[in-house]
Amino acid sequence: MKTRIPYVIAAALAGALLAGCGEQPQVASYKDGKYSGKPDTRPWEAGTFKGDKGAWEQALRTRIRSQNEYKRVE
Amino acid sequence: MGRMKFLCDAERCIECNGCVTACKNEHEVPWGVNRRRVVTMNDGVPGERSISVACMHCSDAPCMAVCPTNVFYKTEEGIVLHDKDGCIGCGYCFYACPFGAPQFPNGPAAFGARGKMDKCTFCAGGPEENGSQAEFDKYGRNRIAEGKLPLCAEMCSTKALLAGDSAEISDIFRDRVLRRGKGVEAWGWMTAYGKDKEEAK
Repeated sequence: MKTRIPYVIAAALAGALLAGCGEQPQVASYKDGKYSGKPDTRPWEAGTFKGDKGAWEQALRTRIRSQNEYKRVE
Repeated sequence: MGRMKFLCDAERCIECNGCVTACKNEHEVPWGVNRRRVVTMNDGVPGERSISVACMHCSDAPCMAVCPTNVFYKTEEGIVLHDKDGCIGCGYCFYACPFGAPQFPNGPAAFGARGKMDKCTFCAGGPEENGSQAEFDKYGRNRIAEGKLPLCAEMCSTKALLAGDSAEISDIFRDRVLRRGKGVEAWGWMTAYGKDKEEAK
């Protein structure tokens, strides 16, 4: 029994010293999430413009520019 | 079409809350939820400024980054929207948002009891069929699909609140600033709307 003690201590010591070798980095890395909801239709695809992207853009551009009242009154 | 943005001209905002009322009425937003509100700094002091605030549809939106269920998405026009079906009402988006845009129908309740998050959609609805009743019930009216701008901006009586393609509204604002031609200490109607052509000569 007595003869085994040094071996047991040596094995425990070796195990303790080598424990660090198996350590994995624990820094959290951020990953961008991926949208998990339902797909959306684009604004010009359904309803008023029926897929006519050009007409939709023109309608919106007219409204955006009409916000400049200097252009409207001059 | 580029990236859709709001721009509020603090020189022109008269704190009428017309934008807030227009938004609530157009989308039939429930009591306690304010997708848009007007904030006034130095209220009552000469030189006070008001600004209309809602979701700013951030280019790098923090709400999108923190959402644990990944229900946020960005449209091709840069509008930040979300799918209410997957929202668990955790409130992380509210904590992340620097503008306080995310709103909860049940107020500051416990985790999960707040209800599904509601915010400004830039009048672009959500992931339901464009113009459908389901879209209206969950997200409000989809004016963008009708070729219109958000009602808050279109209703603004002083045109303080501008909405639309960022390059276009920047041009409008730049034009205004050039006409004003003033020092920083100036304040009042002549500053907000510029001088007469005769006076400016």
